Amino acid sequence: MNEVKGMSRKVALEGSHAVSEAVRMADVDVVAAYPITPQTHIVERIAEMVANGELDAEFICVESEHSAMSAVVGAAACGARVFTCTAGQGLELMHEVLFVPSAMRLPVVAAIANRALSAPLNVWGDHSDAMAVRDCGWIQMFAENAQQAFDLMLCAYRVAERPDVLLPAMVHLDGFHVSHVVEPVLLPEEGAVREFLPPSEYPFPLDPDRPVSMGCYGPPYIYTEVKKAQEVAIENAYEKILETFKEFKEVFGREYRPVETYRAEGADILLLMMGSYSETAALAVDALREHGESVGLVKLRLWRPFPFEEVCRALRGVEVVCVFERALSFGMGGPLCSEVRAALYHLPEGKRPKVVSFVGGLGGRDVRAEEFENVLRRTKERVSSGELEGFEFVGLRE
Amino acid sequence: MRIHGRGGQGGVTLAELVAHAAISEGKYAQSMPSFGPERRGAPVLAFLRISDSPIRVRTEIKEPDVVVVLDPTLLDIVNPTKDLKEGGLAVVNTKRSGEEIKEKYEVERVAFVDASSIAKEILGRNIVNTTMIGALLKARGIVKLESLEEPLQERFGDGLAEKNMRAMREAYERTNVF
Repeated sequence: MNEVKGMSRKVALEGSHAVSEAVRMADVDVVAAYPITPQTHIVERIAEMVANGELDAEFICVESEHSAMSAVVGAAACGARVFTCTAGQGLELMHEVLFVPSAMRLPVVAAIANRALSAPLNVWGDHSDAMAVRDCGWIQMFAENAQQAFDLMLCAYRVAERPDVLLPAMVHLDGFHVSHVVEPVLLPEEGAVREFLPPSEYPFPLDPDRPVSMGCYGPPYIYTEVKKAQEVAIENAYEKILETFKEFKEVFGREYRPVETYRAEGADILLLMMGSYSETAALAVDALREHGESVGLVKLRLWRPFPFEEVCRALRGVEVVCVFERALSFGMGGPLCSEVRAALYHLPEGKRPKVVSFVGGLGGRDVRAEEFENVLRRTKERVSSGELEGFEFVGLRE
Repeated sequence: MRIHGRGGQGGVTLAELVAHAAISEGKYAQSMPSFGPERRGAPVLAFLRISDSPIRVRTEIKEPDVVVVLDPTLLDIVNPTKDLKEGGLAVVNTKRSGEEIKEKYEVERVAFVDASSIAKEILGRNIVNTTMIGALLKARGIVKLESLEEPLQERFGDGLAEKNMRAMREAYERTNVF
């Protein structure tokens, strides 16, 4: 165990407020956000902090998420440390602008309280919104609980603002299952956060005395090269994310990895997922291990850049990988599963696991530990009967 | 444990306040609302887990050890006690006797108090969430009464926090466990 700098205090915090607290400790300069369930508590609390002087920031009230992202893009271009947050339909309305900070290399940080997409109208949690913004060029991480939401927010700022990264970063936390749950969170001393996160020094801020143009016209003769540069940037960010997680551990003692495992050693079957349901799934793994079953859990913490190498390392040589996810790409299956399959494709025969896909927890549907046990049982049945194609719904009412 | 109330009665706040108190005592706790846009007056749920070790499960509670019933009319509408664990406890705001409730709803243990009257008397309105914390703590000493002082102060501020604390103590005194 490393020496942790400064004292932490354990407090009861709602997941949403853990994010607000991270924004306050990060001493953010500009916040622009529009309320939407289940994100509202994050921005509500930040508005209070700004109003009562706990956070010295410009709070821009905007009329939509499209404007929220536009406002923070402008502020980030001026060198401000910025924050916005949204969920579900709000992230969709923001969609068009999401591609701008990644291409303009602006370190915007956003928290997303993941929510299902309409129709039918559903305010509850799943990963449909996250999957719809998969290709927007942001660094993206998934938190399982309030502590991780807090920690990953600090990591997001640190890595996004590195002069050798300069990319926007998104922290995903499950709507309601994390955003609305009150639980213990270790809050570090502000001094330790300041040390980990000194004021942003964006190298190319807009300045009337040194006028520059950003994000302007990119005709066919240059557009491909710009996109190549952007791809190189996010690929290179991977190593910097690893460094950031290491530095985080040195200061705060908690360790994050792009791919994390639970009781995965020597397992024949690995259950892989993202987000808060992995805590409940770990209970299913415990129960099955007690009955002598050789199962374990793999949690994808980093979604973009996709950690190909670490995914392969975690899954290589395992007999079966069972991917559980809270989103569906209609006509194709589970988007997370398709990426995991792609990552494993190049492994040699004998080292390449069989992959089975499950989709569940859509629109806030609870998946209990017993249901994860069923998923693992169904995995074995599907492998022995050769039903490896396609996917299966979890807890579907027929 | 599961808290049954109607939208506006403060069931979610009850769960959050007790979670805050438990965490301040060094315990682990987790409170969550029944997720969704709830309406004033409609039956709503809140969930609360308290433990000496970290809580990993993150789902709604299907078989509670304890149910807290803020609104007695819910007993006949949704019967919150029907999926209580064996030996489970129901903490009920009612003018009726615990004996009657125990028999009618086949509950093994009942703690009962007329929280509505206490709340009207002390708070001037029929919002019984903080009052019912007193009843809950009488039946199950999951946290100390004093541990609620800080969370109440933070939530309600001067004046109102003290009134709520008084209502809670009053309910603690008047609750019968059966």
